[in-house]
Amino acid sequence: MDIHEYQAKEILSDFGVSIPPGGLAYSPEQAVYRCKEIGGERWAVKAQIHSGARGKAGGIKICSTDDEIWNAADELLGKRLITHQTGAQGKVVHRLYVEAASDIEKEFYIGFVLDRQRERVVVVASAEGGMEIEEISATRPDSLIRVEVEPAVGMQPFQAREIAFKLGLDKGLISQAVTTLLGCYRAFRDHDATMVEINPLVVTRDQHLLALDAKVSFDDNALFRSPNISELRDKSQEDPREMKAADRGLSYVGLDGNIGCIINGAGLAMATMDMIKHAGGEPANFLDIGGGASADRVAKAFNLVLSDDKVETMVVNIFAGINRCDWVADGVVQAVSKIDLKMPLIVRLSGTNQEEGRRIIEQSGLPIITADTLRDVAEKAVSAWKEQTGVK
Amino acid sequence: MAILIKESTKVIVQGFTGQIGSFHSTEMIEYGTNIVGGVTPGKGGSRHLDRPVFNTVKEAVTETGAEASIIFVPPPFAADSIMEAADAGVKYCVCITDGIPAHDMIKVKRYMFRYRQDQKMVLTGPNCAGTISPGKSMLGIMPGNIYMPGNVGIIGRSGTLGYEAASQLKSLGIGVSTSVGIGGDPINGSSFRDHLARFEEDDETHAVVMIGEIGGPQEADAAMFYKENMKTPVFGYIAGLTAPKGRTMGHAGAIISAFGESAAEKVEILQECGVGVVPNPSEFGSVIKQGLDRL
Repeated sequence: MDIHEYQAKEILSDFGVSIPPGGLAYSPEQAVYRCKEIGGERWAVKAQIHSGARGKAGGIKICSTDDEIWNAADELLGKRLITHQTGAQGKVVHRLYVEAASDIEKEFYIGFVLDRQRERVVVVASAEGGMEIEEISATRPDSLIRVEVEPAVGMQPFQAREIAFKLGLDKGLISQAVTTLLGCYRAFRDHDATMVEINPLVVTRDQHLLALDAKVSFDDNALFRSPNISELRDKSQEDPREMKAADRGLSYVGLDGNIGCIINGAGLAMATMDMIKHAGGEPANFLDIGGGASADRVAKAFNLVLSDDKVETMVVNIFAGINRCDWVADGVVQAVSKIDLKMPLIVRLSGTNQEEGRRIIEQSGLPIITADTLRDVAEKAVSAWKEQTGVK
Repeated sequence: MAILIKESTKVIVQGFTGQIGSFHSTEMIEYGTNIVGGVTPGKGGSRHLDRPVFNTVKEAVTETGAEASIIFVPPPFAADSIMEAADAGVKYCVCITDGIPAHDMIKVKRYMFRYRQDQKMVLTGPNCAGTISPGKSMLGIMPGNIYMPGNVGIIGRSGTLGYEAASQLKSLGIGVSTSVGIGGDPINGSSFRDHLARFEEDDETHAVVMIGEIGGPQEADAAMFYKENMKTPVFGYIAGLTAPKGRTMGHAGAIISAFGESAAEKVEILQECGVGVVPNPSEFGSVIKQGLDRL
């Protein structure tokens, strides 16, 4: 789960990380008022969306008068920002964060991630701040500092000092850097994070170390023990279809193709999508209906996939282990009878009770195309789609 | 021979008396797995499915001589159950549970450091379908009938895609020595590489199918291991060619977040290391058949 910059800063500041003074605003008037409260002469008005690279997309404006603040806020609120992380559909700005602008002397990058190779938390830092980590790894890999955290004891002060000195910070800033790094680590550990990133971490002209931007992501599997974190979820930033799916216990990812997919198991779902592509088509979505695929669940899956207007052909591919093909077949027949499906539907049922499942589909009298194998289901789907849409 | 489990392997079930534990225990017993008891804290002393129930894994191991365990404990408590099994001297543990926090798995892996390599419990999963040595023993939730006894080893992350591969093999008359599910989580008990090493030592396994997916370094690691250490041929498939970057595809671990984690990049590494590539998921059967025919 991702959260907004201002939420990430609030959490990190609870763990001793210094941030510039700032506040939330939902209207231009609030933005102006907040800046007055904060004081100073220059302020940053920052669009809050779940994405990095907001600056490049025009989502961050530096202002020095009330008019500038008002206009910046007016322009950003309700705007759809498109960054390379949001995809072409972008994300709508519903709230702003305004903060005192800082006089920056130097920028750094620090990030905490779960390293899958080492099976522990790894701290990555670089004196090349402001750039994204991928960019730093590609252009300045030599500038990357990596420190592994021993899980039994957690991050130690000497490790934080090592990073601070390697970043080339002045003596006077070392203890601030240690507080910042250890604070980030404790936030990471205590809140089951999968990522904590401060980019940039800056040294101001008056020699303070401040987190100018912050990003924190959490492990969805650990949310059960952190109601305070779940509360930070902003559903307006998530794909409505994916959210609907998650609320119904289905795992869905929307893509750009036209062949809708309902499959059990994440691996088989990815493999079926690959097979559709191999056969010359494009999958519209990833959807894993999971273990116990009842008729009700199948119906919900149909509604979900069909809520994507791009879908022109449907595929159901089930390899039943715990599932039973006859249950799935019942579900498909019920769903299709109810929704008056106007596009080709190809169904492949394998595994437990497959004969019975196939019989139910055939005897339903519905115009369902049946397939026996993975190759068969993909090829039939692509040719049915081509016939349906006249694409050659 | 097979690897990890055989007919005589004594198995206990953690989360034995729950709905899911009961259902799959019944299936495993029917398949012929030597289930000697189970653990449900607070229900010790009773009997379930005609087998004894214990309060702790330690008691169960002492009383029954169990060597292996399978875990059906809900996600918040599953990491604890894995460590309890390791502490009780269980040699092999399958964790089926999906949804264990990654930080808990870091703890589990760290906890296991305390054991000498030869005394360390082997863990497969979590978030997997389990392990089966067809015709001998099944520690999992798979439909046993799709696996024919034979000489091909399977290691896979996904349950259903593993079923797909096994059934393609079966339709060509090819059987399986052991199929191991390593699970779809970012931090798992054991890797492709760990089980490739076991299959290399197994006389009964003549070829291995490795069913990987996007995310993480383990497929590439395994390919390097194959290149340097193996004589048994390995064939690999990587699911998720159409998966977009940065999105979790069902499995918590199936996410492209770094260089080298996409399907295309992994396939390239497999090829470079001489692993036979299964070009698409409808060709598990045909590619392995060709490979076996060449032996």
